[in-house]
Amino acid sequence: MSAKKLNLKEKYQLLTRDLDWDYSYEDRQQAFPFEEFEGIKITDWSKWEDPFRLTMDSYWKYQAEKEKKLYAIFDAFSQNNGHLNISDPRYVNALKIFLTAVSPLEYGAYQGYAHVGRQFSGVGARVACQMQSIDELRHIQTQIHAMSHYNKFFDGLQDFRQMHDRVWYLSVPKSFFNDARAAGPFEFLVAISFSFEYVLTNLLFVPFMSGAAHNGDMATVTFGFSAQSDEARHMTLGLEIIKFLLEQHEDNVPIVQKWIDKWFWRGTRLLSVVSMMMDYMLPNKVMSWKEAWEMYFEEAGGSLFKDLARYGIRMPKYSDIIEKEKEHLSHQVWWTFYNYGHAAGFHTWIPSDQELDWLSEKYPDTFDKYYRPRWELAKKMEAEGKRFYTKALPQLCNTCQVPMLFTEMDDPTQLSFRESVYKGDRYHFCSDGCKDIFDDEPEKFVQSWLPVHQILQGNCGGPELDKILGEFYGFNVGADNMDIKGSPDEKRWKEWKGVA
Amino acid sequence: MTLEIKTANLEPIRNTYANIERRFGDKPASRYQEATYDLASKEFFHYRPLWQPQKELNDPTRTVIEMEDWYSFKDPRQFYYGAYVQQRSKMQEVAENNYAFFEKRNLDRLISDDIKQQLIHYLLPLRHVEQGANLNNMYAAAYGTATAITQACLYNAMDRLGIAQYLSRIGLILDAHSGAVLADAKGCWMQDSAWQGVRAYVEKMTVTEDWFEVWVAQNVVLDTLVYDLYYYQFDAWLSDNGAQDVAMLTEFMQVWMKENDRWVDSVMKIVCAESTHNREQIQRWVSTWKDKCVTALQPLASELLGGDALAQAVSVLDKRLAKAGLYK
Amino acid sequence: MSKVYIALQDNDVSRYIVEAIEQDNPDATIVHNPAMIRIENEGRLDIKRETVEEFIGRDWDVQELHLNLITIGGNVDEDDDCFSLFWKE
Repeated sequence: MSAKKLNLKEKYQLLTRDLDWDYSYEDRQQAFPFEEFEGIKITDWSKWEDPFRLTMDSYWKYQAEKEKKLYAIFDAFSQNNGHLNISDPRYVNALKIFLTAVSPLEYGAYQGYAHVGRQFSGVGARVACQMQSIDELRHIQTQIHAMSHYNKFFDGLQDFRQMHDRVWYLSVPKSFFNDARAAGPFEFLVAISFSFEYVLTNLLFVPFMSGAAHNGDMATVTFGFSAQSDEARHMTLGLEIIKFLLEQHEDNVPIVQKWIDKWFWRGTRLLSVVSMMMDYMLPNKVMSWKEAWEMYFEEAGGSLFKDLARYGIRMPKYSDIIEKEKEHLSHQVWWTFYNYGHAAGFHTWIPSDQELDWLSEKYPDTFDKYYRPRWELAKKMEAEGKRFYTKALPQLCNTCQVPMLFTEMDDPTQLSFRESVYKGDRYHFCSDGCKDIFDDEPEKFVQSWLPVHQILQGNCGGPELDKILGEFYGFNVGADNMDIKGSPDEKRWKEWKGVA
Repeated sequence: MTLEIKTANLEPIRNTYANIERRFGDKPASRYQEATYDLASKEFFHYRPLWQPQKELNDPTRTVIEMEDWYSFKDPRQFYYGAYVQQRSKMQEVAENNYAFFEKRNLDRLISDDIKQQLIHYLLPLRHVEQGANLNNMYAAAYGTATAITQACLYNAMDRLGIAQYLSRIGLILDAHSGAVLADAKGCWMQDSAWQGVRAYVEKMTVTEDWFEVWVAQNVVLDTLVYDLYYYQFDAWLSDNGAQDVAMLTEFMQVWMKENDRWVDSVMKIVCAESTHNREQIQRWVSTWKDKCVTALQPLASELLGGDALAQAVSVLDKRLAKAGLYK
Repeated sequence: MSKVYIALQDNDVSRYIVEAIEQDNPDATIVHNPAMIRIENEGRLDIKRETVEEFIGRDWDVQELHLNLITIGGNVDEDDDCFSLFWKE
């Protein structure tokens, strides 16, 4: 007599969903106190659908198999000096951004999902969040281990954790995640699981990692794709939470829509740095930012929003602006970093002629008209020994914290500025999207720790720039920053490769 | 081209990350070190949490325990994620084989109905206790300070979910996968007088605010007593009463307990050695929760194992507390 | 109808899975990118355990798919016999 094998759904129901109980001795609401203040109405947690029904034994088994493979490759990579196989030392600068900007967000995700993984009173959603929490811890740790070898041979990776907390442009990703973690539990899930994981991280992890493979970076492509294998679970959690909230109560619809509007806008601002990594920092190109955007945002995101239309959810606000920005984003951002290359923790450079041609081809409507002439000028100045750096400190958007570098989309020669007055103080924004976000929650966004304001207030050492960079940020000034031409990174690479 | 590479050129320019170098010097670091130290953000948070505006997002004042360096809580197992899942994967493989063997050979037939009832009444409801342990360790993982201790709490939380699931599977084995036995066991957890003290204790922990206090109430007090009662004493009783095969199904918990004890003992030792303030605070917590726990477990322990079972478990707890430098 | 998609790491196991997908979803489009294989289809895509087992020549648990998965687009339904992606409209 052999017992009937439980199918996945039944097994999961008994092994997970049935573990909770109704309290008799304490107020259960006190054990799960944060579910109500956002105005979201949950009438029945048992309606939560678990798309993946992973019990811990399977989790350990499959994750261990992934880790075993991953670390075997890390070991082989460092034993064989895998860094010598990359296409070009410029490539490593994308990794510096990755480790300083993205990896600490994985840690924020671990903490954020631990928080909701404790706070949801529905066991199905709670356990899914717990698994994501531990996955996110996995991601930062595997990223640190993947970069560990690069850190031994290249500058700019060594103090990534402190940099994330202090460096001016890294307040963009940091404030993004702080914002999500500071929000209520349901907004956190809409922000990170849905907007970020389901739609936007594809743009970072899929084409960029494919790009890593194309540039000979075995370690990064391996951790990237291995992390993505967890991401499929996370993405589905994102879609599930949206459907669950919308099905629970009609009053949730406008709240969710508002969060979608906020977080897609915040997400596109955050990804502007990825656009430049794709278009300018991968020496061997896979696809342009615009192409990636069309594939993963417009096409995939479009299908998603068509599917959600039946709940009364529409495309995120300012999607029309976002669509236009794909033509401009990477060029405006890389140009800004080129200008501030002395204050960045990675190297910048002028694209090669071949790369300029590639950009012209990929951006036929905008590159030659607006951006190529700038690079031709920069080239000329560099040839004359006049590589320039902008000395003035940039003004930052009070919401996304990106310097005011974006233009009006209908007039790409005109920088975009918006402002609001709150309690007698004036606040500046890069866009209507960022202004709306501030206006909706001014008491939150007046708290922004704006790096440039902090420098001006004397909270970051200085006042000389080199002291701020060296003592407060922890850069090795002269090694980590400035143009790649003449950098120690470039010098070592040439020695390894035996070229003059 | 690779032929031209001189090995002398391939000397690393540094051995590890700057934060690790500041702590341990410029020498090759372990994967545990690089994956653990200084990962949690400490400064310049942008916004106060809407759900707790009196605190920062990461805030060491979520407990009254004070540490000069919260990274002092080095995990003696040196678990980072990869090491952790690979260790658990080995254990689950053994467990999987045990469960498969048990079911294939229908070993449940060798267990008397009386003992089956014992298991349903007294062992299976533990899955809800483990669920409470999952919540409590998640709590410390979410609100604790610094990766050294919070990652270990997260691993513990996931372990407890896993253990709750293994206990549930014992229930499924006992009734040919109908799920009825699990419902009976839940009925005991909810109504049976022997369980109500424990249930009240678990519910109380989940509404306690200080994460370190919760950690002590769960991982030190309750776990020491419950694991001794069940995985030493009840295990021995089952063996003496012809149900030694049940041990195949609880082996995971036994192996886990030994490993987990090393971590819990180490945390206790470090926190108590840090300062008088900490030692006295921990001692106060231990006293309060131990009293509660002994009262809560008394009816369960005597029904399950008789007279001095609980006293024996308490002596195990006292030994651990003495080892940590408490009650001296 | 919108497209659902799945991307798999380009390795030996994935090749069998892709063969199974091709057999069960004859209209699916398969695109090879560096280090990954992307498969898309109008409206729905099914990965069936039996078919994968046929190609791979051993028992294959649907959850093993996660070892090689990179990304997906669409609603997910997973049970013992099949992993499905679909849009509802």
